[in-house]
Amino acid sequence: MTADVAPAPTAVEGSRQPIIEARGLIKTFGRVVGLDGTDFELYPGEVLAVIGDNGAGKSTLIKCLSGAMVADAGEILIEGQETVFRRPQDARAAGIETVYQSLAVAPALDIASNMFLGRELRRPGPLGSILRMLDHGRMRSMARKQLQDLGIGTLQSITQAVETLSGGQRQAVAVARAAAFGSKVIILDEPTAALGVRETGQVLKLIRDLRDRGLPVILISHNMPNVFEVADRIHIQRLGRRVAVVTPTTHTPSDAVAIMTGAMDGATGPAAA
Amino acid sequence: MSDVQATTVDPAERLLQRMTPVQRVHAILHRYPALSPAVVLVLAAVVLGSLNNRFFLPSNLSLVAQQVAVVGGLAVGQTLIILTAGIDLSVGAIMVFTSIVMAGSAANFGVPGPLALVLGLLVGTLAGGLNGLLVTRLRLPPFIVTLGTLNIFTALTLLVSNGASIQGKDIPDLLQWTGLPIAIGPFRLTTGVLLMLAMYVIATYILRNTAFGRHIYAVGDDREAARLAGIAVNRILLSAYLAAGFIFAVTAWILIGRVGAASPNAATDANLDSITAVVIGGTSLFGGRGLIVGSLLGALIVGVFRNGLALAGVDVLYQTLVVGVLVIVAVATDQWIRRVRA
Repeated sequence: MTADVAPAPTAVEGSRQPIIEARGLIKTFGRVVGLDGTDFELYPGEVLAVIGDNGAGKSTLIKCLSGAMVADAGEILIEGQETVFRRPQDARAAGIETVYQSLAVAPALDIASNMFLGRELRRPGPLGSILRMLDHGRMRSMARKQLQDLGIGTLQSITQAVETLSGGQRQAVAVARAAAFGSKVIILDEPTAALGVRETGQVLKLIRDLRDRGLPVILISHNMPNVFEVADRIHIQRLGRRVAVVTPTTHTPSDAVAIMTGAMDGATGPAAA
Repeated sequence: MSDVQATTVDPAERLLQRMTPVQRVHAILHRYPALSPAVVLVLAAVVLGSLNNRFFLPSNLSLVAQQVAVVGGLAVGQTLIILTAGIDLSVGAIMVFTSIVMAGSAANFGVPGPLALVLGLLVGTLAGGLNGLLVTRLRLPPFIVTLGTLNIFTALTLLVSNGASIQGKDIPDLLQWTGLPIAIGPFRLTTGVLLMLAMYVIATYILRNTAFGRHIYAVGDDREAARLAGIAVNRILLSAYLAAGFIFAVTAWILIGRVGAASPNAATDANLDSITAVVIGGTSLFGGRGLIVGSLLGALIVGVFRNGLALAGVDVLYQTLVVGVLVIVAVATDQWIRRVRA
């Protein structure tokens, strides 16, 4: 089944089973077509970049994979099992964590509360089971440890409100939350869009660290240098479809841009050779 | 802010990190939202106490506490709603309607006291639930929904009661239990005052220490972020309105004890007074920030101003004027506090 939808499986992937696979996803908004039969595969241990021009359907694709949207048609398979995500919780339950471009953090809540938002830890014993008491201490220490593990321990206090952080620090909190809970896949939507050079470098390092820990990463980005720096494979989306999957070793950034804009045909590009 | 070294800090950044005194005040108020109402309450008490030395007599302070019990109780539920970035204009109408249901069922249909109380608590909770359903299912703005239900419950109250009050002698003792005096030291409080304080303790616990409480903040702070974080936003909203309805029903019980009767025309200012208390208490009308204890301070500030100015012989119109100024100052302060340096 996998062979006939994967257009250019690279040597590394071979016949391995994808962690996430999508077939023929269609999503329309009124008369506007967001996804026009997109296929998608993510393999274990890779950083897969998804690139495409504005309106190519990158965000729509990612929202379908993360449960924030339900596709009108097509199927999504997680480790070969057909799965339907109706809500973000469903994707999270399947081990897929997403960092949205909007970051999806509550600005007035503190860092620890944000990291555990929606899956708070309760105290052990009757305090937790009967009085439903939250374990603020444990959540704070785990949040602090998680941020330090990812090398982003430069925050002043784990109890400060997220709105008092810089853009890069907020991004770090959102990524740390995803990394703490994502057991299978982490999806990052434009993680470097709002960041300066130094902060961008930190996020790219974070992405490589996640991959080295065995977590595959899907990276949606406009930034070609970033993409070519960290991605193992690059999924190119154009007009609601996947037109090519290339690698940084076989293609140059200008090839990728040419395929993305339709100036070069993905199937006849260097990857197919 | 002492541990802000670690990373390489260039001179310009250090300049940006040095805070002016105003910024420091801002940072502290941002961190402790109940601080400004607490300061206002203390200042008001000191000034008003110096105007008339009867102000600090235990008997007078007890009177303020009793006067504040009803609005203070409503403000608990109002805070829950405002924290979700909503507003409830129907709180007083729900309370009065519930008080008529409680007292009327006992007086006119011979329902025993405990059953009448349970019936009232149920009706109040369902009334709050009606607001919640309209907000979540029909996706109407809370302002409009509760403006509608304000009129609906006001009309229902008059229909059910035929416009007549229910006298204290016809109301079972249990329903008037909240009016019982309780002496604590030199203070003469009522069980109703203690019941109100108990609601603050419980609500504070829930908002601080349970996932439901944290989710109320998250939904009010950024609804979409809460949804993406996996919070069932509509369920949280509906639960908040149901809980608020229950709180209004308990406050109806406090009202019956305070007045010693159930009147369809009681507490007509309660709708807006509860919002006043919450806003003066430092809770943001934009949702997501504020503390429940702030609303108690807000209710006390209004009570203290009215009482202290009355003792000082100031006309009642000026009391109302002062409360109006306080509301505007409180909201302006909130706007300033919410502007964050980042």
